[in-house]
Amino acid sequence: MKARVRVTLKPGILDPQGRAIQQALATLGFTSVEGVRVGKYLEVELNETDKAVAESTLKAMCEKLLANPVIENYQCDLDSH
Amino acid sequence: MNFGVVVFPGSNCDRDCAYVLSEVLGHQAHLIWHQETTLDGIDAVILPGGFSYGDYLRTGAIARFSPIMGAVQQFATKGGMVLGICNGFQILLEVGLLPGAMLRNRELTFICKEVYVKVENASTPFTGRCESGQVLKLPIAHAEGNYYTDPVTLSALKANAQIVFRYCSLEGKVLTDSNPNGSLDNIAGIRNAAGNVMGLMPHPERCAENALGNEDGKVLFLSMVDALKKASGNSTLASV
Repeated sequence: MKARVRVTLKPGILDPQGRAIQQALATLGFTSVEGVRVGKYLEVELNETDKAVAESTLKAMCEKLLANPVIENYQCDLDSH
Repeated sequence: MNFGVVVFPGSNCDRDCAYVLSEVLGHQAHLIWHQETTLDGIDAVILPGGFSYGDYLRTGAIARFSPIMGAVQQFATKGGMVLGICNGFQILLEVGLLPGAMLRNRELTFICKEVYVKVENASTPFTGRCESGQVLKLPIAHAEGNYYTDPVTLSALKANAQIVFRYCSLEGKVLTDSNPNGSLDNIAGIRNAAGNVMGLMPHPERCAENALGNEDGKVLFLSMVDALKKASGNSTLASV
């Protein structure tokens, strides 16, 4: 089973990378850009067939290691096949 | 005194710390590989600077699960002195021995230069030899030193005098201009509520002897020795 994990900075947390990219986009003429936030995207291969177990395992992974709850939120999606 | 300096894969200030403790101050410094699980015989622990586990995922995020960290947490819970320097500070945040987290520096660059920090709390085991308000010149070298915590935690840090060092000007003024990395409230170092765990981004071990042109960092290690001697019932001041 394959999981896709997105880790993003919580709203309100300063994102210097996002700000720099936003400025670069504006310099390139993409004037409609109002904000950019940079996060992490992880693909996790799981040797697990039970979707509920996989979901709880992923949640534990995110809370223990993949995201820092002080500054980050996470979102997990599981491939159905 | 017996100091334990933890060595993670990617630590690069471990030997500098051990050198200061043993060669400059005349104490025992034990390099402790991260796979060890005990801190038997150790009086104080230092988590040194570097790039543990390549800073992968987040700084300190993987090092915090090293086998030795279980012993470090127990040691700290029992009141043992733990000092985290730079990457060591980041590890202490990740493991939860200190509150908050590190963000990328405001200007995104790796900053390597000398800065001034103001001693906000001279009553800790790490700053006993300092005067309150004293200005120290210490080097920083990091890309993630932009300290962040939520407003409630920041209030608690202030109320409990847990902010130990703040970036300041040569004259000791805490200004936005003297903040190298965007750190919240110019925070350069904090301690835990109990007072036995401290983390700071500057590197005192890189400026602890005259030959290097700056020994402002030496007071931190001398303060730790004083505190350890006091705790062990020996009030004799360090002769170094």
